Amino acid sequence: MTQQSSQLSAVNTAETHTAKAALSTKSVTLAYEDNVIAKDLTVDIPQGKFTVIVGPNGCGKSTLLRSLSRLLVPQSGEILLNGENIHHQSTREVAKKLGLLPQSAIAPDGIKVIDLVSRGRFPHQKWFQPWSEADQQAVELAMQATGVIDFAEFNVDQLSGGQRQRVWVAMALAQETSLLLLDEPTTYLDIAHQIELMDLFQDLNQIQGHTLVAVLHDLNHACRYADHLIMIKAGEIIATGSPNEIVTEALIEQVFGLSCLILSDPISNTPLIIPRGRKTAN
Amino acid sequence: MTSNVGNFLTKILGLVVVLILVYFTLFIGDDIAHNLQGIWQLISGEADKYQSIVVWQWRASRLFSAMIIGAALGISGAVFQSLVRNPLGSPDITGFNVGAFTGVLISIALFGNLYWYSVIGAIIGGLGAAILVYLFAYRDGHSGFRLIIVGIAISATLTAFNQWLSLTVSLETAMTAALWSAGSLNGMTWLRIMPATLLIVALVGLALLLNTRMKLLEMGDDTAAALGISVNKTRLIIMLIGVSLTAVATAITGPISFISLAAPQIARRLHPQRHITLVGSALVGALLLMSADFIAQHGLQNATLPVGLVTISLGGLYLVYLIIREGK
Repeated sequence: MTQQSSQLSAVNTAETHTAKAALSTKSVTLAYEDNVIAKDLTVDIPQGKFTVIVGPNGCGKSTLLRSLSRLLVPQSGEILLNGENIHHQSTREVAKKLGLLPQSAIAPDGIKVIDLVSRGRFPHQKWFQPWSEADQQAVELAMQATGVIDFAEFNVDQLSGGQRQRVWVAMALAQETSLLLLDEPTTYLDIAHQIELMDLFQDLNQIQGHTLVAVLHDLNHACRYADHLIMIKAGEIIATGSPNEIVTEALIEQVFGLSCLILSDPISNTPLIIPRGRKTAN
Repeated sequence: MTSNVGNFLTKILGLVVVLILVYFTLFIGDDIAHNLQGIWQLISGEADKYQSIVVWQWRASRLFSAMIIGAALGISGAVFQSLVRNPLGSPDITGFNVGAFTGVLISIALFGNLYWYSVIGAIIGGLGAAILVYLFAYRDGHSGFRLIIVGIAISATLTAFNQWLSLTVSLETAMTAALWSAGSLNGMTWLRIMPATLLIVALVGLALLLNTRMKLLEMGDDTAAALGISVNKTRLIIMLIGVSLTAVATAITGPISFISLAAPQIARRLHPQRHITLVGSALVGALLLMSADFIAQHGLQNATLPVGLVTISLGGLYLVYLIIREGK
């Protein structure tokens, strides 16, 4: 670690002492078979905040998210969900506390919106237990919060990309978990739908009190919406903290190898990153 | 509303076809019944002994077998196509039939032509092939496509092994095995079909219980895991149910291909929302095999074909159609 980043993490520890971690990794080693993605990685996801993980392609951010959501078993170290080892809990128990919006979700052919959202109730249902009032209510609330209730009887394949993504969010919401993990939720959406979705996430966090963790590509979206930013490069945490505290030209240069100018976003007063590009370099 | 009317018509049409099939299969030919009165006598038990035996001991048990085996194959196909998320995913393609044949060959070579030994041999062979496919296809979990490719490879290897075995054993053994390998409902007495029926009903019950989990797995491994499903364990159990259904069916009749491949796809096209359901696949599978067996018995004037021959001919055409469609 560079001197700068150790200073930053010192600042960060001071900050997280006050906020409880909802989810954390304790010196985990993450690997796909022999291909080690990250070593000795320790991350805290603060309770009640909107955490965004950013970093260059292949830095291990999606791998970190997979491990946080119990999809990937770490080779060493442990992952704590509400202070308990996540792998000592059953998949179903975890599914009641932690929802995930994966990148690879496949909508079954010809499924109706309401039926897809209803599938989010699975972890709450037992064998032979009929569909309950509570299930119905959770599904309706989820569709209301995501603004898809008007399409409830539509087929999912009839919807636009942005609407479809909101249906998947609704399914995760119907799961009624306090934690929600989002893997590149805005990829493939146009700018208006991206902002619409980011606003929705902000509401879920600020109004409904969900703890959110998202992997994002767009740094400016990350800076504008995140309470807590985690910057990763080559499987190592380079900086964590609120965007205003940590994002500097030097940090962006260090993590992404990108020369840029940082202004204050006139709308949100968060860092606005303007890449210099080749033409105007130096 | 038109889809509701269409759906209703489909059901009525299906029922009419089934009734006609049942009627013709049971009562037509061989001077069994000449008019409605004759049929009523058969049903009420007043007909003479010879006619009753032909209808109730031979023909009815055969028709019932076609229904049960067809339903088992249909559900097995639906289970596989769901697991591999591909209409080509079917126990026919992935080598379990060939494995079952290996089991029968070995059983006939070792113990002679004993019916229940062949049945057990087929079940062991089919499950063995499935385990081989499962082990070879494993790499950090299972992708559907890899299961199909590995299945085709294992299937080809076992076919070669079967041919070598057929050439090595005595001519009589090879002939008996070849007869089995054509797949036929000849000689399906109540005594033969009943044990298989119990097994099939139990397996279908399990499949229906796991139906929700199966549907969630179709949305991708990550999504299913996020909803609280232990993906690999569940997939293994569902796959075992699918393999067992095919293995039991194949064991008692010999390989009858095409049903498990086509039944779920036809059921999907008949469903108002274009879903593949287990019950729909079972119904279509039963209807397909009943029709195929009717053709097998009455298609040629003086000969009864093995039903496997009928289904494989129809299946070949269907497969070509499917590949052309997928290619577009």
